[in-house]
Amino acid sequence: MRTLAWLFIPAVLLAQLNVPFERIRDADKEPGNWLTYSRDYSGQRYSPLDQINTANVAKLRVAWVHQVNELDGFETSPIVVDGTMFISEPPNMVKALDAGTGRTLWSYRKDIPSDLRLCCGKVNRGVAILGNTVYYGSTDAHLIALDARTGALRWDTPMADYKLGYSSTGAPLAVKDKIVIGMAGGEYGVRGFIDGYDAKTGKRAWRFNTIPSKGEPGNETWDGESWKTGSATSWVTGVYEPETNTLYWGTGNPGPDWNGDVRGGDNLYSDSLIALDPDTGLKKWHFQYTPHDQNDWDSTQTPILANGTYQGQPRKMVVLANRNGFYYALDRTTGKFIAGRPYVKQTWASGLDESGRPMRLPNAVPSVGGTLLWPSLDGGSNWYSSTFSPKTDLYYVNAKELGAIYHKGDAEYKAGALFNGGGQRDYDGEEPYGAVRALEVATGQLRWEYKLFSPSHAGLMSTAGGLVFGSNSTSFFALDAQKGDLLWRFEGGGNIDANPITFMNAGKQYVVIASGHALFVFAVD
Amino acid sequence: MAAVTETKVKLPNSRADLAAGEKLFSVHCALCHGPKGEGGRGPMLTQAKLSHAPDDAALLKVIEEGIRGTEMPGAGAMSDHEMRQTAAYVRSLGKVSLKPVPGNPAHGAEVYRGKGNCGTCHSIHGDGGVSGPDLADIGSRRSAGYLRESIVDPQAAVPEGYLLVALVTKNGQNLTGVRVNEDSFSIQIRDDSGRSYSFWKTDIAKVDKQRGKSPMPSYKGQLSDDELTDLVAYLASLKEEK
Repeated sequence: MRTLAWLFIPAVLLAQLNVPFERIRDADKEPGNWLTYSRDYSGQRYSPLDQINTANVAKLRVAWVHQVNELDGFETSPIVVDGTMFISEPPNMVKALDAGTGRTLWSYRKDIPSDLRLCCGKVNRGVAILGNTVYYGSTDAHLIALDARTGALRWDTPMADYKLGYSSTGAPLAVKDKIVIGMAGGEYGVRGFIDGYDAKTGKRAWRFNTIPSKGEPGNETWDGESWKTGSATSWVTGVYEPETNTLYWGTGNPGPDWNGDVRGGDNLYSDSLIALDPDTGLKKWHFQYTPHDQNDWDSTQTPILANGTYQGQPRKMVVLANRNGFYYALDRTTGKFIAGRPYVKQTWASGLDESGRPMRLPNAVPSVGGTLLWPSLDGGSNWYSSTFSPKTDLYYVNAKELGAIYHKGDAEYKAGALFNGGGQRDYDGEEPYGAVRALEVATGQLRWEYKLFSPSHAGLMSTAGGLVFGSNSTSFFALDAQKGDLLWRFEGGGNIDANPITFMNAGKQYVVIASGHALFVFAVD
Repeated sequence: MAAVTETKVKLPNSRADLAAGEKLFSVHCALCHGPKGEGGRGPMLTQAKLSHAPDDAALLKVIEEGIRGTEMPGAGAMSDHEMRQTAAYVRSLGKVSLKPVPGNPAHGAEVYRGKGNCGTCHSIHGDGGVSGPDLADIGSRRSAGYLRESIVDPQAAVPEGYLLVALVTKNGQNLTGVRVNEDSFSIQIRDDSGRSYSFWKTDIAKVDKQRGKSPMPSYKGQLSDDELTDLVAYLASLKEEK
């Protein structure tokens, strides 16, 4: 007979749904599951599964679909544990689905106030699991713990006051006995933080303020009182390195976004990567990609831990293609710059200096009359996932080629109101486009590209099957990871703003993407 | 519809409006929420804070559209004005001072953990079994009368979502659990340990759906009157944390 859920699960796991920290740490021992936001702690969003591969991916077909009944964006990156899939969906729901049939096992809905301050819809990018508890950050800035077996509420901890513009949209990260989570609200003059909560009780164990308080090092990089409303949010999930017990988490734009006059200085730790001790929340190091940003170039995207060789030396790196248009490789032990270069067209800096600091060109800033610059505020890339394949040693990014006319406007802070100080206008003098680009991991040197008609806003995943999955507009597709050839595509019928995942169930590999208001799950017949 | 898009609403509050709201409530709401909103199949409404309706706009939305993922339906047959009158009546319920539930909750908690052994099947904030409903906020959702009846006569009202299913697969495996979901082609059940199973119907030889039967044993004669009263007092004290 065919059973769907448990045939291929080791006997020891049969009794209970249970994901202790060690299972996430050793995710490669069970490649058929997807236990944390990026599958494992490295952020690579690479799967060792190869049942779906370059030879058979053309036969990929829809196995089941899960539809959402709300019109807000659907950005979930599912978790899959032993035949059960956990997703977040708009407006404020968490669901457990049977991974073989797509049938709903339970659903949880949080009631939210009607006066939320959200820049970009009631979106959420996924949940975390630890033990037999599912963790979820709601748009009204609460961290919520649910029984993974039934969806029953275990605890609900408010992280900050939504009325001041705080919200939560990113997936939490379970590390040891803590749940680490960031926050959103960078257009509302909030003060950013990264929090660690006791997984059992929901009590906050630590808070790292992404803007230092008065008297702390770094506070002097903000003029006057501007640090109090300087944003530097943390709305995308970070990564973790068990060997050194280090958490790496990105931060967002300084506020107000496009008017830097009211916040003179470098504005630490906005647009930075921060290395933290997950037990205490204490900082090990930081690297700021865009000092005194005036273009809304958040650096919140998930960084990737990768090892590579630079100038003949093996290096332990943390890499990312930044929204500001430059690709960066940092030494992840020290936070020092190794190498970097533009991976899209950029017109705002003459390059990076030896320490990795961008050299901004004169007048390459927003102005009252408008300043044309590349990249646009959407960036060369954005929050969605890049991927690194240890099999090809390549870093893949869904790159955007478009410029914009940046405007500077008034910036007066009012609690809970938008605090932008400007904006951007589309520039139509040059046709925008997108491309999946494969970069050498240590240098960012372009190896190949697959051109896309329009810039995408969706993530990539690489697999041991020699594939890179990605999206453009309403299409989901697979490329050859070595050469960039298109091997398969599917019309999802709705815009794709999500990251793909893959998993095994009852001996069969599946690939998943959210498109429009539906979650599509594919398998080879 | 106006009720959905407004963020701030003013509910009618004349005596005539409240009387009309009460009448509408008895027709549309009382079956589940009790004639005086004291709770039953649906949550108790005689409380100042309603978790699904933090403000009046949200309350109107709940009345109009129901609550997705719960047993609460939308009130399709009511006009916009009638929904506002009903909402006003529901809010008035929260202002009525309540008769306290008799009994000793602290002793009831001992009965829950000891003689009753309730935690084998029920959870409170993640502590306990999952074969029965979670009780963390049962005091906000069910009246004391309902709780007492459920303890002595569990078959009286088996909550939705707790249909007991015993099935035999074509290769002879037996499994009993609560039905989680079902359609024409597959069925999902959850066993006592909390593990979910999914079967294609083509792989099942026999399904026995034990309708009206509760997996919960009756405590009639098992607990003294005082113990029962204290246990109900304890359960009624379990409210949603704010």
